[in-house]
Amino acid sequence: MDIIVCIKQVPDTTEVKINPETNTLVREGVPSIVNPFDENAVESALQLKEKYGGKVTVITMGPPQAAEALRTTIAMGADEVYLVSDRAFAGSDTWATSYTLSQAIKKIGRFDLILCGKQAIDGDTAQVGPGIAEWLDIPQVTFAVKIDAEESKLKVERLLEEVNEVVECPLPAVVTVVKQINSPRLPSLKGMMRAKKAEIKNLSAQDIGADLENTGLKGSPTSVVKIFTPPPKGGGEILAGEAAEIIVKLTDKLKERKII
Amino acid sequence: MSIKVLLDKCTGCTLCVKACPFGAIKMEELPAEAGLPAGQAGKRPKKKAVIDLDACTLCKACIPSCKFDAIEITIEKTEAKDLSKYRGVWVFAEQREGKVQSVAYELLTEGKKLARDLKTELSAVLCGDEKIEDEVESLFHYGAEKVYLATHPELKHYRTAPYARTVAEIITKYKPEIFLLGATTLGRDLAARLAIRVGAGLTADCTGLAIDPEKKILMQTRPAFGGNIMATIQTPNHRPQMATVRPKVFKKIKNEKPIDKTKIIRFSPVIGVEDLIVKLLDIVQDDTVKVNLAEAEIIVSGGRGLGEAGNFKLIEELAQVLGGAVGASRAVVDAGWISAHHQVGQTGKTVAPKLYIACGIAGKIQHLVGMQGSDTIIAINKDPDAPIFKVATYGIVGDLFEFVPLLTNKIKELRS
Repeated sequence: MDIIVCIKQVPDTTEVKINPETNTLVREGVPSIVNPFDENAVESALQLKEKYGGKVTVITMGPPQAAEALRTTIAMGADEVYLVSDRAFAGSDTWATSYTLSQAIKKIGRFDLILCGKQAIDGDTAQVGPGIAEWLDIPQVTFAVKIDAEESKLKVERLLEEVNEVVECPLPAVVTVVKQINSPRLPSLKGMMRAKKAEIKNLSAQDIGADLENTGLKGSPTSVVKIFTPPPKGGGEILAGEAAEIIVKLTDKLKERKII
Repeated sequence: MSIKVLLDKCTGCTLCVKACPFGAIKMEELPAEAGLPAGQAGKRPKKKAVIDLDACTLCKACIPSCKFDAIEITIEKTEAKDLSKYRGVWVFAEQREGKVQSVAYELLTEGKKLARDLKTELSAVLCGDEKIEDEVESLFHYGAEKVYLATHPELKHYRTAPYARTVAEIITKYKPEIFLLGATTLGRDLAARLAIRVGAGLTADCTGLAIDPEKKILMQTRPAFGGNIMATIQTPNHRPQMATVRPKVFKKIKNEKPIDKTKIIRFSPVIGVEDLIVKLLDIVQDDTVKVNLAEAEIIVSGGRGLGEAGNFKLIEELAQVLGGAVGASRAVVDAGWISAHHQVGQTGKTVAPKLYIACGIAGKIQHLVGMQGSDTIIAINKDPDAPIFKVATYGIVGDLFEFVPLLTNKIKELRS
């Protein structure tokens, strides 16, 4: 089974802090990581390859430094990687990103399955996976928590709000995975050596035959008009006293707030 | 398309450096004459902002941060399309098991305000099998002035392809200017596919909607970077302007307006075999879910402090007397104490109920981003330094095995 995994390099948002004086994002020292959900997608791909053979190709769209994220996936065991990078892609929203990635996938050619994380932790949109499926005109299965392959089709369990849904999906298809599907492996020492030496192939706008009307800021219907930091939540009130007293204080507060 | 710093305007104040989420702006000393009219060279600050074009993603976060209008983005404008044919605010009436979900009523209530500001009409789109017609009345009660009703046996349960085909055809035919869906697993699965198909701009998981009074377009506000920043997003040149909106952000308000059957627009989709290649095999119920987290007004969550799986019954009891849902931290889901449907946080669900009670949860940032939007937060934890207290409205430093049963009993007492 030939699998293409789409990943994104993201700032580790759990390390992002707000400077309380200027109320702005503190970026210094915030590491760039492979989007955690995408690591699960890479892990799923490697497991499917181990079971059914084939090849795992990882691609990302991003600035040149996103090559680092691709190296991490080589260290995990990816066979081949592509960096889809061009100034023409800067400023892409999910519409333009899914177009660009789908063009890169067409250029790479052979695939049975495309895997993505369910969403990226910086934008949290969950829109690029289904977007790629639409551009390629193939089915999508989102929020997968279990993937089994049978010949030319998949059996996928989806994690929904209250229930899980089991669907059968023919290949080729796009599947997006949730965190609970697996625990991504750590890079092996051999993998890290390989990653260090690996060649990162670049695909430019021209290489993938992208229509520049559909890429970057120009190809993005949405545009950010304002960014602001939410008012910081100051710590609240610590209720002190005897246990029974505390509970009365608490329920009084809840009554005041018309919650109970 | 390019971005640049106008050197004659840059004062070297470094505000943009802090605003850049990608670390792409640095302060650099420039040659004395750079970008300055003759004669001003002596007065210039030593360092000016320089944008690393390889790191910049043109996200525009720096633009509003600059008090001196010194950063400029230029885009070659494509010819403006005729958008005047697109009229009306639409809400996708998500249904499960034949029942319209609460988020659809919330969106109708909010959509009514948007429609009023735009002096246009509010409509709902409802898909299902023929029995779904029973639900039409309540859509009118929550403010819809028109209902687009698509019925087909294959629309009984949601599946991406037949739904995307049906809704895309209705959009293409009747042309709404705004189309809102719930930011549920269903809404996000459908919206993402639809937006590409109909060429719409789509903003995910919004928590605020308003109409720009001058441009008459939708301003969509949403959290990003794990809730650390908020972004307001617009779709200036594409229609419809699509957004998925987080459940429980808006209140639903019912009125008993009589329904006008002539305002039901019936639509019979043509669904081909190519739309049915993904088959629904089974729905696995989770008996531990009594109340849906995303829809709950009150959530009681348990973490590692519970010690073992069996102690979750304390959480369940409190949730039950409050009529709320049971939540959990990632640690206890990973430990197998409770199913993933209960997980709150970055890798689980983002919730914003009226009341969130965190019991024995330390409050790692991954958990906080999933619940800090709650109206009132109560934290019960033994460790006074637990980060959860930083977001708690009321904190109790103490043993949850003492306080949770006390609270359960007190509420029972108040209720009886």
